[in-house]
Amino acid sequence: MRHLRQLEDQSVYIFREAYKHFDNLGMLWSMGKDSTVLLWLARKAFFGHVPFPLLHVDTSYKIPSMIEYRDRLAREWRLNLVVGQNKKALAEGMNHERGRVECCTALKTNGLKLLLEEKGYTGIILGVRADEESTRAKERYFSPRDKNNDWDFRDQPPELWDQFKTSFPPNTHIRIHPLLDWTEINIWEYIKLENIPFMDLYLNRGDGTRYRSLGCAPCTFPIKSTASTVDEIIEELRATKVAERAGRAQDEGRGMELLRKDGYM
Amino acid sequence: MATCKTDTTLDVRDRMNIVIVGSVDHGKSTLLGRLYADTGTLPEGKVEKIQAICKQQGKEFEYAFLFDAFLEEQQQGVTIDTARTFFQWAGRQYIIIDAPGHKEFLKNMVSGAARAEAALLLIDALEGVRDQSKRHGLLLSMLGVRQVTVVVNKMDLVDYRQETFALIEKEYRAFLSQLDVTPQFVIPASAKRGDNIATPSPHMPWHTGPTVLESLAQFSSESEKAEQPLRFPLQDVYKFDARRILTGRITSGRLKVGDQVIFSPSNKSAVVQTLEAFNVDPPPTQTQAGQSVGITLDDQIFVERGEILSHEGSLPLVSTTFRANLFWLGRRPLDMEKPYLVRLATHEVECRVAEIHRIVDADNLSLDQQQTSAVVKRNEVADVTIQAKAPLAFDLYADFETTGRFVLVDDYDVSGGGIITEMVADREETLRIEARQRDFAWVKGDVTLADRAKHYGHRAALVLLIGPDTTGKTFLAKKVESMLVAEGRHVYMLDPENLRRGLDADLQEEDARETIRRYGEVARLLIDTGVLLISTTNSFTPSTWLRTGPSTGLRAGLPADQVVEAIRTLVHPAPVLTVYMSQETTPSSFDGAPFDFAPPRYAQDRPIEADLSFTGPEDFTRTAHDVLAALKQKGILAETIGNQPVFQFSI
Repeated sequence: MRHLRQLEDQSVYIFREAYKHFDNLGMLWSMGKDSTVLLWLARKAFFGHVPFPLLHVDTSYKIPSMIEYRDRLAREWRLNLVVGQNKKALAEGMNHERGRVECCTALKTNGLKLLLEEKGYTGIILGVRADEESTRAKERYFSPRDKNNDWDFRDQPPELWDQFKTSFPPNTHIRIHPLLDWTEINIWEYIKLENIPFMDLYLNRGDGTRYRSLGCAPCTFPIKSTASTVDEIIEELRATKVAERAGRAQDEGRGMELLRKDGYM
Repeated sequence: MATCKTDTTLDVRDRMNIVIVGSVDHGKSTLLGRLYADTGTLPEGKVEKIQAICKQQGKEFEYAFLFDAFLEEQQQGVTIDTARTFFQWAGRQYIIIDAPGHKEFLKNMVSGAARAEAALLLIDALEGVRDQSKRHGLLLSMLGVRQVTVVVNKMDLVDYRQETFALIEKEYRAFLSQLDVTPQFVIPASAKRGDNIATPSPHMPWHTGPTVLESLAQFSSESEKAEQPLRFPLQDVYKFDARRILTGRITSGRLKVGDQVIFSPSNKSAVVQTLEAFNVDPPPTQTQAGQSVGITLDDQIFVERGEILSHEGSLPLVSTTFRANLFWLGRRPLDMEKPYLVRLATHEVECRVAEIHRIVDADNLSLDQQQTSAVVKRNEVADVTIQAKAPLAFDLYADFETTGRFVLVDDYDVSGGGIITEMVADREETLRIEARQRDFAWVKGDVTLADRAKHYGHRAALVLLIGPDTTGKTFLAKKVESMLVAEGRHVYMLDPENLRRGLDADLQEEDARETIRRYGEVARLLIDTGVLLISTTNSFTPSTWLRTGPSTGLRAGLPADQVVEAIRTLVHPAPVLTVYMSQETTPSSFDGAPFDFAPPRYAQDRPIEADLSFTGPEDFTRTAHDVLAALKQKGILAETIGNQPVFQFSI
């Protein structure tokens, strides 16, 4: 388990740098396995406390049990939960049938943009991992976004020896990625090691399927799996060669590069 | 064609970051793609997907396309930014970092290599050793990547000739030896054809060493850092609940409950009472290099982010000045006229480049070819002297990796990095050593500075009034003293002249530095009692006007900035508020009381940088209020007294 403690030490260091340098800090929490491990690591870094708000960009299309889980942990762990929503787009009837990239842009990217504008956060902590897909593999731990939320991947700042980019011009913000070096298997190994509560949507509940990655109900599909414990998930992942986000529709083609350039998580 | 190897070890014992570097087009991305393909570690359908895209775009499939994510990267066939790729083999989890080779993206190569513990350095067999091969070798050694395996790629293009390989190996080994780097292996390979990548090449039976895949297992992830003396840069101080927790990452050595630790550069000390951790039962009692930790102390001392904790037997160096090898990545050249921020571990302080000794040419590392310059341009490496505005604790890079290196920040951007080669003793070196030794030996009572601060409603501190003679410094000092006493604060005005006939009776006019040293020690003593001390500095600086009377001569003294620095060093780390007073016109009176001597003539005195500046104030009550406001703003005075004031123990 030494490799998990090494990953934990680095993530905790990143959390503490973020907390030191950003006055107006928030952390995205989608209730999925990654951002819940992220939340756990925040409690590690701050000795049981979470000294900044957790932001949930609610598309209104999430699986209902995700919202129940969110509200239960928020109560039990005394979290400061901030929920944002692109109400205008929803009122105009935005949904995935108008196009998956369009829907993600409106409800997630722009939903996040609206939340950032309203609250003026200068640092946002996210649970993206480099092994999820190839544009995330090129991220920095501290990654600047300009005033339009755009990511200039052609000209990223140097990142040397844990000296991160912590100063930035007005009206821009920094995305902070403490989980960048973690793999999907590491996430489950750590959930097991620390006994972190997670949603049972990730387990086979008798019908021979489970969710490997969670998003909005219409665009996230379960995979065939018999894994009904964390150990079985780890075993399954070690044997598989299917990409983690195979069940996520917006990843098709160049979807992610285009989405992420414009400020998607 | 290589066959596919498969890994049957599922348990992960450790992890390691490896970077692939080398000149553009020498085949780094191809090697990476090949390594994954030949070990069966690519996701299902990945090769087929890229092959289909290639076919659609009418170009030949290349393994390099597997990891070049951005459209532009694939279109131009050039890696723009480093990619982290994940690879597991024989019980070790690797992150393999594909660094761009193009000169334009050197900052990205450096970012990738700075995360790595070991490197694969590629050289094209057909092109041989290029400038960029050498530059990357030099940067690896500066970035602390000591484990290097050299891969001579594209051997298929030279008909797998051993002589070609041997020439390149000889040339590059000779180059690396100048950097004190010995490659672990030099491997002839063809990434495109799969020779010596995952399986031994039938075309090069003369190669008896390992394949690239086998060589990975030879990199050691065992760190000797835990065996070195303790270095623990303080990251932050938390008070979320009853515990006051000091946090940071131990960069070398070990720390356990009960250890006495020294903070540098403040020279404070305390004993570690507990190690704090969340969801760890029972709590840990010892910790070591690499770990992010939290500790509580037996004594609530004022300490700030940036200090380095160590044991007393092995202290870090402390100075404002050091010499370093620096690589510059900034858009604008490094300029001696411009201020930068130096960030060393968790310490951040303004600095200037005091000297650029030479530009280091990767092509010619020998010292006899000196190349001097007034600036350091982008992507150049230089030997420089850095001078910081305040003393900082550090080590030589040869002794300690993490506390021996730093970055420079220009505006908003990390723009360069360096490794410290030498400590440069600055003017305050002697006084600093004196202060350090005196502080370690200081016998303390049970009442801490924090207790006193709480009791008096302010932190112990020094207000220094600087400036030419007859600008009203003493008058202001008296005013500030009276106002603070009226508020119930513990404050004392010490005129340095008061030491002249007593403590300094044995000194002559020319003993200026000794006069200052004695004053500094008296000030240090008073500050330790918790007092807020106010002093003028005229006794230490040269006379700035000539009295008409015959009884007084001219003081020689020292320039004001040197006086302030010396005093600061001796009372360190107590906060010092500097107030500069000057005059535009000759005063005829002070606050209504006329002078009883002739109007003075002023000598030239350079104004110094101060926290507050006043030019010819007329309303001294208002000026005194400004001083009080500055003391509050600096966190020295609590807002209200007696009402359990809360002090910022750390920035």
